[in-house]
Amino acid sequence: MNTYDIVIIGGGPAGLAAAVSARDAGVERILILERDNELGGILNQCIHNGFGLHTFQEELTGPEYAARFIDQVKERQIPYLLNTMVLDVSSDRVITAMNKTDGLFQLSARAIILAMGCRERPRGALNIPGTRPAGIYSAGTAQRLVNMEGLLPGRKVVILGSGDIGLIMARRMTLEGAQVQVVAELMPYSGGLKRNIVQCLDDYGIPLKLSHTVVDIRGRERVEGITLAAVDEHLKPIPGTEEDYECDTLLLSCGLIPENELSRSAGVALSPVTSGAVVDESLETSVPGVFACGNVLHVHDLVDFVSQEAAAAGRAAAKYVRGELETGEAAISLKAQGGVRYTVPARVHPHRMEAEQVVRFRVGAVYRNAYVSVYFDEERVSRRKRQIMAPGEMEQVVLKREDLLSRPDLKTITVTIEEA
Amino acid sequence: MYDVVIIGAGVSGAAVAREVSRYTKSVLVLERFEDMCCGTSKANSAIVHAGYDAPAGSLMARLNVRGSRMMEALSKELDFPYRRNGSMVLCMAEEDRPHLQKLLERGVANGVEGLRIIERQEILRREPNVSPDVVAALDVPTGAIVCPFGLNIAMAENAAVNGVTFQFDTTVTGFTAGAEGWTVHTDKGDVEARCVVNAAGVYADRLHNMVSASKIHITPRRGDYYLLDKAAGEMVHSTLFQLPGKFGKGVLVSPTVHGNTIVGPTAIDIEEKDNTATTREGLDQVARKAAVSVPSIPLRQAITSFAGLRAHEDGGEFIIGEVSDAPGFFDCAGIESPGLSSSPAIGEMVAGLIREKLGLSPRSDFVPTRKGIVNPQTLSFEERQALVKENPAYGRVICRCETVTEGEIVDAITRPLGARSLDGVKRRTRAGMGRCQGGFCGPRVMELIARETGVDLSEITKCGGKSRMVVGKTKEGTEA
Repeated sequence: MNTYDIVIIGGGPAGLAAAVSARDAGVERILILERDNELGGILNQCIHNGFGLHTFQEELTGPEYAARFIDQVKERQIPYLLNTMVLDVSSDRVITAMNKTDGLFQLSARAIILAMGCRERPRGALNIPGTRPAGIYSAGTAQRLVNMEGLLPGRKVVILGSGDIGLIMARRMTLEGAQVQVVAELMPYSGGLKRNIVQCLDDYGIPLKLSHTVVDIRGRERVEGITLAAVDEHLKPIPGTEEDYECDTLLLSCGLIPENELSRSAGVALSPVTSGAVVDESLETSVPGVFACGNVLHVHDLVDFVSQEAAAAGRAAAKYVRGELETGEAAISLKAQGGVRYTVPARVHPHRMEAEQVVRFRVGAVYRNAYVSVYFDEERVSRRKRQIMAPGEMEQVVLKREDLLSRPDLKTITVTIEEA
Repeated sequence: MYDVVIIGAGVSGAAVAREVSRYTKSVLVLERFEDMCCGTSKANSAIVHAGYDAPAGSLMARLNVRGSRMMEALSKELDFPYRRNGSMVLCMAEEDRPHLQKLLERGVANGVEGLRIIERQEILRREPNVSPDVVAALDVPTGAIVCPFGLNIAMAENAAVNGVTFQFDTTVTGFTAGAEGWTVHTDKGDVEARCVVNAAGVYADRLHNMVSASKIHITPRRGDYYLLDKAAGEMVHSTLFQLPGKFGKGVLVSPTVHGNTIVGPTAIDIEEKDNTATTREGLDQVARKAAVSVPSIPLRQAITSFAGLRAHEDGGEFIIGEVSDAPGFFDCAGIESPGLSSSPAIGEMVAGLIREKLGLSPRSDFVPTRKGIVNPQTLSFEERQALVKENPAYGRVICRCETVTEGEIVDAITRPLGARSLDGVKRRTRAGMGRCQGGFCGPRVMELIARETGVDLSEITKCGGKSRMVVGKTKEGTEA
């Protein structure tokens, strides 16, 4: 069995950035396993621009952004296997994988970085009644068909869910000559970035109906129409508000789910809120030597933050390989409270921290002119006003290593929203 | 002229085709959809009922018990997934006990083996997720689960290998009686047959009524279901039915042969013969009733919901046999539950009648066995390694959720009566049947179908007919 210092599962933005930073931290034997036929992951089908503003201070398309990291991987001669599916990861870090060239094989890794990304929530999980014809796509599948295969999924479109891919696809389908009639969103707020609502819906005159959902799908072979209805505060459809739309296509952009089947097989503890691993400041999971980053850990809005997070995972895995992550200290847990749905990380070991630790989180509702506060046990140590916070936009606070080291008895750090 | 024309390639039609091919190759199966297993046979509980339910002495009871006894051997002969997991009929109220006793007696009268009534403690020991309110249950050790697609497709493929011709996308429009048999009129032209078998599911009444003065009437009885993610784990080990009683007619909670949990069905009589749309009320009813048996049922982990139609004839009994005023015309009508369970016995019975009618003798060249698509997940590490080495296509995973490889999908497309649509591939290999429901593998399966069949990518359908996956290529402009 071949042994590697670090095996990275997934060659998308997270896996690539993790590989580069691990190599720059001096790790020799690294291998990236990618299931698709090229590196870059989902970025390859994201041909719109807006990527890289934070990382490169310029506006790149998805493939351009990916190419920057792919070039870095190639410059460093980091090996990777394409078309390679990982079938199993064990808790003692043996990986079973398969491809056409090497067949079925096993590898052993001193550290593993999980970077498998996420998948879209399908129609079945949304519990929409009606028929099951052709023409119902998750937005990302439609994006692949249009951008990679040159195929047009439909001409008259309704989109359910205002996630970013759905918004992007509203514009994309319009540009391809389709008529996008409406984007319906179950929640009273959008699930996507404000900038996407402006640039993809408003600029094209596509209405966004908040607090609306699809209550029926019609058509036996191909979608012929759907029914929208308004929902009440319990998200239940309100009788009498039904509106029929004629369409041949329903696109779904109703949330992304971190793809953690392999993490589960390795025994990694998962958060019920993020559906991703529970990690510490080093992005190490509950299984020693197994790290997670990117959308498999929690779903991000911006790839720039994925790259940052993955680079941190790469550095931490490098330390682990060198035996430098063994501080033996107890962790301080982070508590998400008062509208903060979760934090990544969920615990920190101060001695293992870098000088500054970014803590990312999402809020559970829209907040205006509220404060993000951080408490060290009972003591509030920071309070920052935010004009607007919404579930569709990831938030962050920064912890300083020296602050934590100066409080050796600190047990819990609480991140909470406080209204004015 | 064919010896036999069978109308319908569902589980009944396929069973008859396979059984009758023991005696003759001169058999044509006409199917209005693009594939077999597209109607009632594809959307049901996937259960092999033991046979305690049907009235004693009925044809339904006899064929159910016989079919259930044949199924395990057939699953080995034709290589489709089957598991005898046992079933229980749960009694949730003391006052319903007499009904349970009655069910036991009926089962014994029908010849079902091993039946006994078990008490709360034993039920909860064997099925910890069952509601603690359970009082008693009928324990049915011969209850089993099956892959309905696997059963239907295996019988059809085996029939095809034995010389039966299948013609898809063909709708029967009428019949003319002749001296030697029947002319079957279809939207694709006429065919001649010495015998006709009407296995047309919810449409069997229309076909029957075209040739007979003695009318029958079939009501499509819709059943809504939920299917849960494998990740929910095996919530129950046996198939759990609810005793009809205080809480009305119940729903079942059962494992499937592939490790999902299935929950349903409702029973809603409808008018339209093709309406398999689920409704909010139906799905909510399933959720409510399932929670009576298994309060912790994690319906949030549903990966799909669907509806199937049972072909309920007014008499509530299978109608099988030669139509008295239409010699040579054989009905296989009113095949509602337990139709799937009975199908091997239905095939045997109808083939026997035709054999007698036409004076046929057994063929010496009949091939009784069929090898299914290899499922690499059932192989050992070494066996799987050898398989990929021999055919590297088994090393490329196409469906991530169900780990289905290119090798399996290509086999599904290229074998006899191969798949031509995404649903066809799905029913044969499970590609697209997992938690992402084809979101990832859909475009890749389309590519494989296009490559293997030579059809343009933009022509690939979900399930034949007008169910094209895409409306064209980009940059083509809109239609004039």
